[in-house]
Amino acid sequence: MDNLRIRILKDKIFSFLVVILAFLACLPLFLILGFIIRNGALSINLDFFIHLPKPVGVEGGGISNAIVGTFIIVFIAFIIATPFAIFAGIYLSENRKNLLAEIMRVSVDILASIPSIVIGIIAYLWIVKPMKSFSALSAGVALAIIMLPVVIKSTEETLAMIPYSLKEASFALGVPYYRTILKVIFPAGLSGVITGILIAISRIAGETAPLLFTAFGNPFMNLNITKPMNTITLVVFNYSTSPYEQWHKIAWAASLVLLIIVLGFNLLSRIISRKWKVKF
Amino acid sequence: MESEILKIDKFSAGFGQCLVLKDICFSVQQNKITAIMGPSGCGKTTLIRCINRMHEFSPGAVYSGKILLHGQDIYSMNPIIVRRKIGMVFQRPNPFPTMSIYDNVLSGFILNGIKLKKEEKDQIVFNSLQKAGLWEEVKDNLHRKGTFLSGGQQQRLCIARALAMNPDIILLDEPTSSLDPKSTLLIEQLMEELKQSVTILIVTHNIAQAARVSDYVAFIYLGELVEFGPSKKIFTAPENKKTEEYLTGKFG
Amino acid sequence: MENNKQQNNKTICHTNPDWSWFARVKAAFGINDIMPDFIFKKIVLICGLFILVMTVMILISLIANSIPSFKTFGIKFFIGKVWDPVFEQYGTLPFIVGTLLTSFLALTITIPFSLAISLYLGGEFIKEKSFFAGFLKNSIDLLSGIPSVVYGFFGLFLIVPIVRYIQIKTGIEPYGVGIFTASIVLSIMIIPFSASLGREVIEMVPAEIKEAGYSLGATRFEVIRHIILPYCKSGITAGILLALGRAIGETMAVTMVIGNSNMMPKNIFSPANTMASIIANEFAEAIKDLHFSSLIGIGVVLFIVTTVISIAGKIIIRKFAIHS
Repeated sequence: MDNLRIRILKDKIFSFLVVILAFLACLPLFLILGFIIRNGALSINLDFFIHLPKPVGVEGGGISNAIVGTFIIVFIAFIIATPFAIFAGIYLSENRKNLLAEIMRVSVDILASIPSIVIGIIAYLWIVKPMKSFSALSAGVALAIIMLPVVIKSTEETLAMIPYSLKEASFALGVPYYRTILKVIFPAGLSGVITGILIAISRIAGETAPLLFTAFGNPFMNLNITKPMNTITLVVFNYSTSPYEQWHKIAWAASLVLLIIVLGFNLLSRIISRKWKVKF
Repeated sequence: MESEILKIDKFSAGFGQCLVLKDICFSVQQNKITAIMGPSGCGKTTLIRCINRMHEFSPGAVYSGKILLHGQDIYSMNPIIVRRKIGMVFQRPNPFPTMSIYDNVLSGFILNGIKLKKEEKDQIVFNSLQKAGLWEEVKDNLHRKGTFLSGGQQQRLCIARALAMNPDIILLDEPTSSLDPKSTLLIEQLMEELKQSVTILIVTHNIAQAARVSDYVAFIYLGELVEFGPSKKIFTAPENKKTEEYLTGKFG
Repeated sequence: MENNKQQNNKTICHTNPDWSWFARVKAAFGINDIMPDFIFKKIVLICGLFILVMTVMILISLIANSIPSFKTFGIKFFIGKVWDPVFEQYGTLPFIVGTLLTSFLALTITIPFSLAISLYLGGEFIKEKSFFAGFLKNSIDLLSGIPSVVYGFFGLFLIVPIVRYIQIKTGIEPYGVGIFTASIVLSIMIIPFSASLGREVIEMVPAEIKEAGYSLGATRFEVIRHIILPYCKSGITAGILLALGRAIGETMAVTMVIGNSNMMPKNIFSPANTMASIIANEFAEAIKDLHFSSLIGIGVVLFIVTTVISIAGKIIIRKFAIHS
């Protein structure tokens, strides 16, 4: 009888521990959010969005160039990566048991596991070095390489889930293969593909490491993609590691903006995957 | 007036080394319902999938012999044209989930990139749904998704989709096997009306259904055509011993 | 036969495009439906091949650019303790040690938390959708979405002062930054990743064997300890491996709080550098060829280590999934 009581006690203690640990793990989230929202909200205002950075010692200044830069670079990555990723995803979902596809799947896994800083090196070797200048383009390429495996995986997984009967229905109407894929299978999986793209965008918008020696950063407004460009993440990095109180404030505000962008895309992806879900 | 629309001539098919159909020969008469029956696994579905060349999508598919549509061998034609002339309805209803009921009926045109005028579209949708006996039920919800319909309605939507292409023949692959008795009855009545305008080939493992709806019956057993003839004759006085055994429930 | 066709059309009331006519026109212009199919299949294949070729090219580029360094230093590249761009000495042992220390320390901190979350969300503590499960799940998802640089910033302004405080109290040199700090930040970052892997694994445990345990009168703790955990052993190992791969490659947060010292770390509180952070710190300024090539050499090592770890992890998980 005593034995049973000990066992139950053990169970209780264990359950308590699990619950405590699980919720303790969420604590950093609230600390981070709390810190950033409190400090960020204090130093954020309209000027912050429309002004350029000012030198140390001068009050005010904003990160308009970095916000524009982030969007330009993410857009370049999106343009480069999406078509390849979607077509490659279609290939993989259409060839389930094919040796070549299997090798490609492994290469996608490898691509996904490469640390982002190494991708930065690659973009440096492939773009920055030949063009002899840090550039937004090279940053876009780096982020595109990071984006590729995410979108390929989500495309492949969504398309592979679509029942074969749909394809059959289309073939039976005399629809050629390419039209079946593009007009029946792809639209049926569209919400999944878009979700994958948005998740990938949310991820690359927050990337810093590969931008250190590709986009490099730039205190001025620059719209030329062959020249160095600033991004929000670079602002956060450079300003937070600086010794100036004034710059730290800007870094907090920039973090808040970054968080809103990143989590915004994340939220959007979830809304889309829930709202546009196709029922079979 | 009877005329032969489809002639299957010494047709064999299978997967790799394994032959599922051996030397099938029979003809399908225009505007009649021909039922293909037999125990499961006898090759009925393979046969029907050969008729609109869907069989070749299966891995390792092989075939030999001829299937003549209006005297022309379908295996010498472009498979895409064949499939537009010979419509198919599957075991499980499979409307396109991304399309409305309206677009589902027109999907053969939409997916093939054929542009139609608004009036033409309306006309085709109305006619096809009317013929499929679905118009009254869905006329107010034409722009809702097809997947909101019940199973039986979905299956009739698939029939309407096939009819919209104005095919010569419609192949029905056990169209009622996943439906309730009431929906089954509706579809059987529908076939009776449809044969005015189109030739129907139906695969079924349900003997009673074959007896109720068909004008001609082909009985296939272990990949071979055992007996073919008018339903009246086969169901009352079968020539072959095997047919009789199957009909009286000795096997199957 | 043509007659029949026409009769058909009459009874149907509407005229549809006649397919044979359609086909004839298409054929006349040399367009058929097989050619676009062929082109489409080739495009799709080429995009797939492109990914494969790119992966190979990445490896080749990295290796080609790191050869000068490997040639110059040989094995000393891995066992040399001195990294000094001024005297052109490039030994990466301090960074290898730094990386291993940070990653393993971070993993050790992470494991109890991720296991708790996996068990909680994997269905052992909740039977249906509860508010707390939803809350926990969303929090974890949010955590995984926060950019690395924000974690670094947060570490710099919250974790570093706390660690410094502890160091002052215990009489250790109060750097604040260092391996220990980096491990804490890193562990927060990998909890969401390893917890979601762990959850997937625990959800794969068949209900029957759990029920068998409960039906024998075992408590939940006993079922978890003697049935679920042994069953998931390989899956959890794979999860830990994959989390390790993540930790090794993580750059920004670590760079910001590890102290950036090229010295061999003396203890877990010393400032150090990891393989990723040394690249982040020095790559943009590496003008000397050998310096540049050595940094890429570190990139090669990172690439190979993370690739091997992730492939091994994936293989174990796949085996586990099949076995379930």
